[in-house]
Amino acid sequence: MREASPKPQAEPSNWTRSIRRLLARNLPLKHLLPDRQPVYVGSWVYVFGVVAIAGLIWVIASGVVLAFFGPQWWHEDGVGRFVNSLHLWSVQVFFIFMVLHLWGQYFMAGWRDGRAPTWMVGVVIFAFSIVAAFTGFISQQNFDGEWIAVNAKDATNAAGIGSFFNVLNFGQMYGLHIVLLPMLVVTLIGVHLMLVRMHGVVRPIDRKQPAQPSAEERPS
Amino acid sequence: MDTPATYLSWNFILISVPNLLMIAGMIVVFVVALLAPFPSHGEVAEPEDGHDA
Repeated sequence: MREASPKPQAEPSNWTRSIRRLLARNLPLKHLLPDRQPVYVGSWVYVFGVVAIAGLIWVIASGVVLAFFGPQWWHEDGVGRFVNSLHLWSVQVFFIFMVLHLWGQYFMAGWRDGRAPTWMVGVVIFAFSIVAAFTGFISQQNFDGEWIAVNAKDATNAAGIGSFFNVLNFGQMYGLHIVLLPMLVVTLIGVHLMLVRMHGVVRPIDRKQPAQPSAEERPS
Repeated sequence: MDTPATYLSWNFILISVPNLLMIAGMIVVFVVALLAPFPSHGEVAEPEDGHDA
């Protein structure tokens, strides 16, 4: 008597396999690196975010040079003053276009259709960027930086955070400015971009959502 | 460079001229971005698979 062939068993689950399936399901390469965009993306409003990132790249590149050569160089040497100015003006570009990107996303309600996490991560990036810029202003090593720090000390004390966020402690502020806050901002921007690629660019408000594929059509 | 900026005040609003010019410039850039034609290369697609882009 012949035995029945055994049923194919499901593969045992493990973390690596689960993460691979999660990434393949949510972030296929055609969404990660798209070569075609919907027609409504043809607007300069969709360019603001990437210009902000371009500004951030200049901020980081000029900041690395400043950190390497130090305060005496960026205050007294001609090239140092130029790189110092480049750092300041690229920060202006970063913030101006981040705010224009925020205006654009606010008026097109960019949090629609499951994009609330993308919006909220963007808000957190904006908040941490302000702290990063503030610690930069008080790390200048000049009277301007000292003036800002002494005035800010009253504000941070009044807010109850002055004991562990001491704006008069140059080492703490400089460490936060060149290591922790840039790492945080860059990491969050990476998460923001992943969420944009996972959910796609939000459509204009007056444009209907395309029909979702049925359960049978949807790839498993 | 070392002289303080001129400030404008109206009721409780107090703003320096450089900051006001910066905000006005940003509004101009925003409006221009809405109205200016965007160069197209004919590589456009409609959303598919429920994914917008």
